[in-house]
This record gives sequence, C-alpha cells and structure tokens, in this order.
Amino acid sequence: MSVDTETPERARPEPIQAVPVRHPGRWVAVAVIAVLTAMFVHLLVTNKAFNWAFMVDEMFRPPIIAGLRGTIALLVTSMLIGIVLGIALAIMRLSENPILRGVSWVYTWFFRAVPRLVLAILFGNLGILWARVEFGLPFDRQIGALFGIDNFEARLFGFSAVDILTGFVAGMLALGLSEAAYMAEIVRAGIQSVDEGQTEAAQALGLSRAHILRRIVLPQAMRVIVPPTGNETIAMLKDTSLVAFVPVSMELFFQLKAVGNRTFQVFPMLVAATLWYLVLTSVLLVGQYYLERHFSKGFGRSERARQRLRDIAAESGGNASGTAER
Amino acid sequence: MTGATVSTQSGVPTAGSGLMVRAEQVHKSFGSLEVLKGIDLEVRSGEVCCLLGPSGSGKSTFLRCINHLEKINAGRIWVDGDLIGYREHGGKLHELREKEVAAQRRSIGMVFQRFNLFPHMTVLQNIVEAPVLLGREKKSAARDRAAALLERVGLGDKLRSYPGQLSGGQQQRVAIARALAMQPKLMLFDEPTSALDPELVGEVLDVMKDLARDGMTMIVVTHEIGFAREVGDSLVFMDDGVVVESGNPREVIANPRHERTKAFLAKVL
Ligand SMILES: Nc1ncnc2c1ncn2[C@@H]1O[C@H](COP(=O)(O)OP(=O)(O)OP(=O)(O)O)[C@@H](O)[C@H]1O
Ligand SMILES: [Mg+2]
Repeated sequence: MSVDTETPERARPEPIQAVPVRHPGRWVAVAVIAVLTAMFVHLLVTNKAFNWAFMVDEMFRPPIIAGLRGTIALLVTSMLIGIVLGIALAIMRLSENPILRGVSWVYTWFFRAVPRLVLAILFGNLGILWARVEFGLPFDRQIGALFGIDNFEARLFGFSAVDILTGFVAGMLALGLSEAAYMAEIVRAGIQSVDEGQTEAAQALGLSRAHILRRIVLPQAMRVIVPPTGNETIAMLKDTSLVAFVPVSMELFFQLKAVGNRTFQVFPMLVAATLWYLVLTSVLLVGQYYLERHFSKGFGRSERARQRLRDIAAESGGNASGTAER
Repeated sequence: MTGATVSTQSGVPTAGSGLMVRAEQVHKSFGSLEVLKGIDLEVRSGEVCCLLGPSGSGKSTFLRCINHLEKINAGRIWVDGDLIGYREHGGKLHELREKEVAAQRRSIGMVFQRFNLFPHMTVLQNIVEAPVLLGREKKSAARDRAAALLERVGLGDKLRSYPGQLSGGQQQRVAIARALAMQPKLMLFDEPTSALDPELVGEVLDVMKDLARDGMTMIVVTHEIGFAREVGDSLVFMDDGVVVESGNPREVIANPRHERTKAFLAKVL
C-alpha cells in the first residue's frame, strides 16, 4: 500500500545554482579609488618638488647607510634591553616577595611617567652627575671615616662616565629602560593569560618554579606577548629618531635631515625618510608573522583542521582507523 | 600559619609498613571558610580508595592537600612514611623548601578534571618533559618509555599530535600517561571523567582499571558509582568537610548507614 512513502534511496536533489547577490556599491568604490590613485600618481610624477632622481641618488649614500645602521643597532639593543628587563620586571611584579613587587612597581611608574624625549636628554647629560663611575664597596669613604681613615677607597674598577654615557650608550639606555616599563606590563598580561591549571599540572609533576616559568608558562604567554611587542618594536623604530637630542648623530633621520638642510632639498629627504621607515617596518612585520606562527603551535583551528584532513585522507585510504584508535 | 595542632607521635607510619597514605585530622580553611574539618584517612599500598561526596564538600581540596598544592592549617599527612610539606624537628614543624616540596610531589601523580595538558607541546613532549628536565633519564630512554606508556593507554599512534587535536577522552589518557612517566607511588584522580562526553568515559575508566589491576595505589574522586563498586577497595563519603562514612564500597553502596550518604547515593545512582 505505502510503497511510495518508504523509498529506501531518495533521489539526490540537483545542486543549487542561485543568482548571487549583486554589490553595485563595490564597483562605485573601485571607481572612486582608481581616480584618487591616478591623481596621486600624477602628483608624484609631475610635481618637481619631489625631485626623485636626487632623492634616489642620496638615499643610498654612505652617511645615510651609516645612519641606517645606527638606527637598526639602536632598535635591536634597546628592544633587547626592554624585553629582557621587561620579563624580569614582570616576574618580580608577580612574585610573592613584597620587596620585588614594590621595586618593579616603582620602576614601571617612573619610566612610564617620563617622556622618552626627556629621558634621552637626561641620559645625555648624566655625565654632569658623575665624572667617573666606579664599582666597589658602597659608602667606602664614609666607612673609612668611621674608623678614622681619611680617603679610604675600596673600588674594583671604574670608567669615565663622560666617555661612556654620551652618544649611543646614553640613547640606548634611555630607550631601552623606558621600553622595559612597557614590556613589563605586556609580559605580565601574557603570563596572567595562561591558565592556572598549567602551573598546577607542572607543580604536580614536581617541576620547580623556574622550570615552570621557562618551559610551561612563558612559551604559552608568548602568544599574547608577541603581537603587542611587534607594536612596541615599530614604535621604537620611530622613537630612535629621538636620540638626536642626546645628542647622537649616527641615526637615519638625523642624517637624512642633514642632507636636506645642506642641499636645500628638504622635501625629497623627508620622502626618503618615509620610504626607509616603511621598508624597515615591513621587514619587522615579516619577522612578527613568523614569530606568531611559531608560538601558536598547538593552538588554533588551522592545526586542528590540518589534522582532520590527514585523518580523513587516512580513512578514505582504506585504513581501518577505528582499531588504531583504541 | 603552620600551627599544626595535633602532635600524636604514636602512629607515625614508616615506609614499607603497608600504609601509602595516612591523613590525620586535616584542617583547611580559605579565609574564614573552613573547608576541611578534620579528615582522617588511611590508604594501604596497592589499594584503590574512592572519594565520594556532594559538590563543595571539599574532595578536591583534600586531594590537593595530599600533594601540597594546598597548605593545610592543622593535622598531618604522610605519603609512604614522608610527612608532606613539613619537617618535624625538635618538637616543631618547619616548612619544607620549594625544592623539597617538588621532590615529594614527584612520587605522587595527579590527574585533573580538565586534563591540563601543555597545549604548546606534542603528546610525546608532554610526557617526556618532566622526566628529562629533572634529569631522571636520557631523552632517548624517556621517549621509548613514553611510547610504551602511550601504547598502554591505547594512544600509540598519537605521539606527534598536539593536545588540541585530541578528543577529551584521549587527552585524559595522555594526562594519565604523563603522570605515570614520573613512576609515582601514588596516583590522585580528581573527577577524571567529569568533563567528558558520556561515550568517552569508558575509555578513561578502562585505563584506570588496568592501572588498579597492576597494583597502583590510587585515590579517586569520582561520581562513577559503578567504578567505585567494581574497582574500589575502600569508599570514603565526605560531606561538608568531614568524613561521614567509609568502608567497603559494595557494602556502603548497597546499604548506607548514614542519612546523608543515602540522600547522595539516591541522587547519583
Ligand atoms: N582557592 C580557594 N579559595 C577559596 N575557596 C575555595 C578555594 N578552593 C575551594 N574553595 C571552596 O572550598 C569548598 C570546597 O571546594 P572543593 O573544590 O574542595 O569541593 P569539591 O568537593 O571538590 O566539589 P566538586 O564536586 O564541585 O568538585 C567550596 O565551597 C569552594 O568554594
Ligand atoms: Mg572538585
């Protein structure tokens, strides 16, 4: 009676071939952007103020390249100081020791409050405070006086502050120490983003606190730490131009501006600076991409999707994966 | 803080006496909230002790006290004759250093409700991490043993997977293998199957039964009455921070003496 209601295999419906939704607005936008781009290119090519030939010629001259090198060296060293010290400050801030916590807080408070420009000038002038910096027993003169010895000195070694604390080192310290304060907050947020259960599982295995931090918590925190650190690095790249106030002259922007001032071709050199900073930032972005990929191992969907694909491939290959499973 | 009030020197268990865990009048408070109000418990070597009780009764807290993830406020806990977390010296308790506590924890494996595998490491790395880092064995030896352990929990083909690629049941079995890699004398399980889909519970319980058969001493917080009845050597029912009733699991489950036990069993059975 009801033969037609219980068809064991129903016909597969034909695939949908619907007319897609039209987006006329997009075509209008494309037209507008095309016109604007054409106008901009026209300006770049025809306006004599750009003086492209001159700019390209000057852009790769030895003093500019030396300035570029100085900028990169400043960027790398100050970010290294910032990251290493920042991690230390973050760990101090999260420790159970109230003294360490306090020190970290005061440091962050101070270096976040003072503008980098002021720090750069300040560090350039630290030589005023001490002509020489020496390491040894603290308060040795005072201790000597206590025992009735005049001019008692217990010093291991020293250097002339005026020699060391000018130029590159002062700029590097100003930028690096300031960066550490920001990095400390970034690292702290990263560490706190890692699930408490991770630490507990590691503790239960009998790992020490240092091991847990280095092997379990920090690698996972990196996922949260890397993107804002990329931001910081790019900001730092641009802040390296502040060391001109230390004063340091071996720096990209200072060199380009000097050429501009000398040749009365200020504008082309500003464009050259823009181009150089664009190039450097692009390189940094590539680096950040690979770092993020490295630290997202085991996280995220792409990993899972890839594994699924492999599983499906294995299954359809006639492999009875059900038995391998158990 | 470390005011251990009970100082019964009488029955301090020594290694090899057959007692693996001995807890005496364990008290634990979080601020003004007293969670454990004097827990006594004994688990012999090779025994499986099942810990039952309603939510919030302090089961997890007690388990975490055994490996000193929580500091107890009063009482004593010994594992294989070692006083956990303290050294008794001249009639006074001295806190152990972090290193010494870590050393004590190495002989106590723990399995968590939410697995807590290290997501940035492969299954293999998860298992060899602690033994290699602690210098217990060479990397190659640790790898071989990890592979054998994974084979044992039925995951011999998942060495190179990341935890995120595994099902909950598989993750929990890896977590058990990770704990076993430290060759513990005692295994603590805190509701190991509560976060799993019903069809995955069995595979984890099978691994635990296998462990029990091999003579591992285990304390298992669970709501799996079937497991307690089948595998358990003793059952402890906790409520509101005290042990209400304990004994042979089959007897306690068949005819509970206490009202609170009856009420609880009626709910979970
Ligand atoms: N770190 C903590 N700080 C404050 N209170 C806590 C803390 N840990 C647990 N508690 C409280 O202690 C009580 C017992 O918690 P515990 O986790 O031991 O219960 P449980 O028996 O394991 O319950 P469940 O079956 O829900 O896991 C609860 O009231 C809980 O809120
Ligand atoms: Mg619990």
